[in-house]
Amino acid sequence: MALPAICLIVLIAYIPMAGIILAFKEYRFNLGVFGSPWNGLDNFKYFFTSGTGLLVTRNTILYNLMNLITSQLFAIMIAIFINEMRGRYFKKVSQSIIFLPFFISWTIVGVFVYNIFNYETGTLNTILKALNMDPVNLYSMPYVWVIIICFFNSWKWVGYTSVIYIASIVSIDNECFEAAEIDGANIFQKIFYITIPSIMPTIFIMFLLNLGRILRGDFQMFYQIIGNNGQLFDATDVIDTFVFRSLITSGDIAMPAAATFYQSVLCFVTIMVVNGIIKRTRPENALF
Amino acid sequence: MHRKIEGTYLLFNIISYSIVIVAVILCLLPFEMLVSGSFTSESAITQHGYGIIPTEFSLQAYKVLFKYPQDIIRAYGVSIFITVIGTAIGLFVTSMTAYVLNRKDFLYRNKLAFFFYFTTLFNGGILSLYIFFVKYLHLKNSLLSLILPLLINVFYLIVMRTFISSIPDSISESAKIDGAGDFTIFLKLILPLTKPGLATIGLFYALEYWNDWYNAMLFITDIKLYPLQYLLFSTLQSSEAISRISSIASVASLDVPTLSLKLAMAVIATGPIILVYPYVQKYFVKGLTVGAIKG
Repeated sequence: MALPAICLIVLIAYIPMAGIILAFKEYRFNLGVFGSPWNGLDNFKYFFTSGTGLLVTRNTILYNLMNLITSQLFAIMIAIFINEMRGRYFKKVSQSIIFLPFFISWTIVGVFVYNIFNYETGTLNTILKALNMDPVNLYSMPYVWVIIICFFNSWKWVGYTSVIYIASIVSIDNECFEAAEIDGANIFQKIFYITIPSIMPTIFIMFLLNLGRILRGDFQMFYQIIGNNGQLFDATDVIDTFVFRSLITSGDIAMPAAATFYQSVLCFVTIMVVNGIIKRTRPENALF
Repeated sequence: MHRKIEGTYLLFNIISYSIVIVAVILCLLPFEMLVSGSFTSESAITQHGYGIIPTEFSLQAYKVLFKYPQDIIRAYGVSIFITVIGTAIGLFVTSMTAYVLNRKDFLYRNKLAFFFYFTTLFNGGILSLYIFFVKYLHLKNSLLSLILPLLINVFYLIVMRTFISSIPDSISESAKIDGAGDFTIFLKLILPLTKPGLATIGLFYALEYWNDWYNAMLFITDIKLYPLQYLLFSTLQSSEAISRISSIASVASLDVPTLSLKLAMAVIATGPIILVYPYVQKYFVKGLTVGAIKG
């Protein structure tokens, strides 16, 4: 019964894995993957000596770390707040609305970003002009995009992640809260001494799960928000966008192949380490 | 003492309600601006920029879009087709495999689980997939290239397995004693019992297919096969698509409201999701709370 899935995964994951040998080859389209000549580690050398290797690695790791921290922080906050709310109707409606961005494709998010920040007609500049201030051209300021990307990443995921946290808050034993109330604890004390410690395991797991993915940039997000805007690459280029762009614009196959291989290996190592940590500390939550 | 607690509760409420309200506004505002921009006349946008309320109300963008809507209708067709087919097959294959992985009497289940899991740890990357699909399977400009890459998602497989593991083994054991085959057990007993799981996973798959533009960008060059999101994306990227719309709508290209037209496209592409999401959201919440915590 698992046969269809096995065939599928072989087809879309295992066979293409053979393509990683491209990282060590000088690819020629007419000769194919296996016919192209070997060129050892030249592709890797080129990837790193050109400076892009380290830049995109740094960006990938930093973005993922920041996205991880901000999105989890917002999600936990929203979960705690929504959980404490008394008005049932307000609670439901606000939760639904915060969940809404999860359903939207990154293409649409790209439209939003352009709508708000573009120089000529963007809402931001419209407001600035109305306030008699000079319009700003964010598309020439790479480091502002760190914040914008972080914001939209949280924006898109906060509803989804907060659902997971709400579920784990709901499963806290009510007696704890009642006992605390009798002892005269106020709401902040209850949150800091009961709620947050109780959801620590969930926070921990969410962090570890995401740490495993730290080397994989969310390609769709970066590509839709930044596109091919060369001015911003210093601050926004991640391994995935770099690979894609080299493929599309330069048609170069060898260096992106090396980058992909490098990413996959690093990813594999981080997940193994992370899983090792989970196995040590909480064996029941280990991934495999 | 008691009054003090009441006081902090009031403070807490003020903080929490204001933060949640700000979050709600931030989540809604971009949508509002999108819709408002799509109803604003071109000249108002170029003069005043996008605003929160339309400065000069205009239906021009929608008029041009709906004059000859072939491209959009076809893109809707492609999106609906790949979503329905992909979700149905994906759901069936995923749940079947999850069932196998959960069967305690299946000797190699851990090895098989790792066989699947490994693909999330290590992969050949889009480059190899692209070469394999295009050069060896000749799937360029084929709907299969939109369906296949998303057909089995290992994360959903794990979530589904968690759902199935909550069904007591005794059910399938007793059915086996009654002489039911594996397929009968799966179809008649397991599937009906995992409805919330199926709903969640199905929604995940559907959302992925519906929102996909990436595979289309890789594999599709024929505009007749563009799914909706990719049609939108290419409209945004190039003025070529805009001039194509204007040429079939036989409007002079000067009259085409380029800016608001893009927004109107985005509204049309977002529409269906916004309309169904209030109904499907509760399944997500239910599914996530059961599946994600353990998974």
